[in-house]
Amino acid sequence: MKNSRRKFIKFAGMAALGWSICPSLAGARSGPRQSADRLRAERWAMVIDSEKLNDELMDKCIEACHKLHNVPDIPNDQNIKWIWKEPFYNLFHDQSHGYLKDKKSIPFLSLCNHCDNPPCVRVCPTQATFSRDDGIVLMDFHRCIGCRFCMAGCPYGSRSFNYYNPRNFLDDDDLVHDYPTREMGVVEKCEFCAHLLDQGEMPACVEASEGAILFGDLNDPNSDVRKVLQERYSLVRKPKLGTDPQVYYLI
Amino acid sequence: MLEKAIKGSALYWIWLLVLLAVIGVGFGAYLQQLDQGLSVTALNRDISWGLYIAQLTFLVGVAASAVMMVIPMYLHNHKAFARMLILGEFMAVATIIMCLLFVVVDLGQPQRLWNVVLYPTPSSVLFWDMVVLNGYLFLNILIGWVTLQAERKRVGPPRWIKPFIYISIPWAISIHTVTAFLYAGLPGRDFWLTASMAPSFLASAFAAGPALLILLAFAVKIFAKWDPGREAIQSLAKIVTYALAAYLFLIGCKIFTAAYSMVPDKLAHWEYLYFGLEGHTMLSVFMWVSTAAGVSALLILLFPKNRQADNILAFACVLVLISTWIEKGMGLITAGFVPTPMKEVLTYAPTGPEILITLGIYGIGFLIITVLWKVGIGVRREIEAT
Repeated sequence: MKNSRRKFIKFAGMAALGWSICPSLAGARSGPRQSADRLRAERWAMVIDSEKLNDELMDKCIEACHKLHNVPDIPNDQNIKWIWKEPFYNLFHDQSHGYLKDKKSIPFLSLCNHCDNPPCVRVCPTQATFSRDDGIVLMDFHRCIGCRFCMAGCPYGSRSFNYYNPRNFLDDDDLVHDYPTREMGVVEKCEFCAHLLDQGEMPACVEASEGAILFGDLNDPNSDVRKVLQERYSLVRKPKLGTDPQVYYLI
Repeated sequence: MLEKAIKGSALYWIWLLVLLAVIGVGFGAYLQQLDQGLSVTALNRDISWGLYIAQLTFLVGVAASAVMMVIPMYLHNHKAFARMLILGEFMAVATIIMCLLFVVVDLGQPQRLWNVVLYPTPSSVLFWDMVVLNGYLFLNILIGWVTLQAERKRVGPPRWIKPFIYISIPWAISIHTVTAFLYAGLPGRDFWLTASMAPSFLASAFAAGPALLILLAFAVKIFAKWDPGREAIQSLAKIVTYALAAYLFLIGCKIFTAAYSMVPDKLAHWEYLYFGLEGHTMLSVFMWVSTAAGVSALLILLFPKNRQADNILAFACVLVLISTWIEKGMGLITAGFVPTPMKEVLTYAPTGPEILITLGIYGIGFLIITVLWKVGIGVRREIEAT
């Protein structure tokens, strides 16, 4: 009896030790939820086809994104925007001229460019914003101290800060529970729907765009995005800054 | 030595109470900001830094300017500063504490401040700013206290303190350089993206800091009946003059580059600053005041006779502070954000809570200066009485 109890404690101790060293062996899950058919890429990129997009489609994209990510609708300049409409001139003022065929005021979609050389990641003092291996620039809402250096660093105005408690502007009944709401005082932005990709789904705006937004692996020569960029003329925003934006606009 | 801070005249205690009241009001406003977030400020999606960060920028310069007494005193044996140096070092202590407080009140999640230490990130200039500001605070407390204690005991400062004094010289330059690099390294902000940021920060700092020191020295002369010494003030006045000239010269250089090249991305910020764009002209009124004050101060200070008359010198120093404060404390930050990356034009005018919190922190700074100077001057008096 004594002997077996001693053995049991020994075994339990070893098991606990083993578990603490390698929790996955005991079936404990670590890291983000990932599906077996997770979408992978070496370099995710987005191609927005301005010929196919229209006002209505853009609204659908915005609606899909903001709904999915519990983005509050705040009616002043302390608002939150992940993807939004912006006139061509405002996005491409360094690549336009006065006689551009009525493109000047045409709205385009604007979002985080997921730069290959992102200034926001460089300036963040806590690595709360970081680049994933597949090029997606993400935010750790729990590490961000709210210094807003990334907002000064972003040349595209793609980042929003939670001046308010965003939960005050969200309706409890409409909340999407697959994605966290944020708290006051942290920065947020488009994440190329990294959590959807990890579950094998395409980004929400891509799904809502009815084919006007392409999304794929730029390092794969056979991907849609690579092919269409070779076939058609496209722009990126502020290329001279060397940030290497990964959202391309077909013109 | 601290006991000297708790023995003072009625005037001293009234002044402290006034400061405490200002701090109390500021603290109340900060509680409101903690509760409602930075929504109580006029900051927004496009102008994401404002009054707080501008004060940080201005005050880092004031703190760095203590070096303008350390260099003549320790490298050139300019003895005139011997009596007054401790005041410069203590002013640096107070201003650095204000700087750190301005960072804290600007944070959306101040309770996570420690993350900067937990996840040190050498690629972030803000990380380095934290390192150099705290280091400079430590250096000035150490040097100020040790040298003052030695003086009180009528002995020379211990030899081990010398390396710290020498290190404090490049360190002072570093705090304002790193602060300038917060802005100068951002690719999308053309107004800040210039190599002249750090030099012009230093020039305005070495004008504003000594100017404030001169004014405080006059205040001490009147209220504490202790004279820091005419020669020291005159030396400071010369430093203000040279630095002011360099500061105005560098602004001129920046304006030339933007205006002559006519590159719209550069020029638009200056047009916004001095003329306003799309009807947003609030800032331009202040900027003309800033420039006029700076140029007039230089015209006054250039003449030795003016510098030697205490009243005129004090007036010129006030002009220097007005000029540099508007330039750093209002213009520099807002004009960096406007026009925005989307070429939109906005006006930023701080809200009541923002101003109260700012005043509260200035209250804390002046409280620290008052107490530390009380100690410093008390010890000096003790030595000089014997």
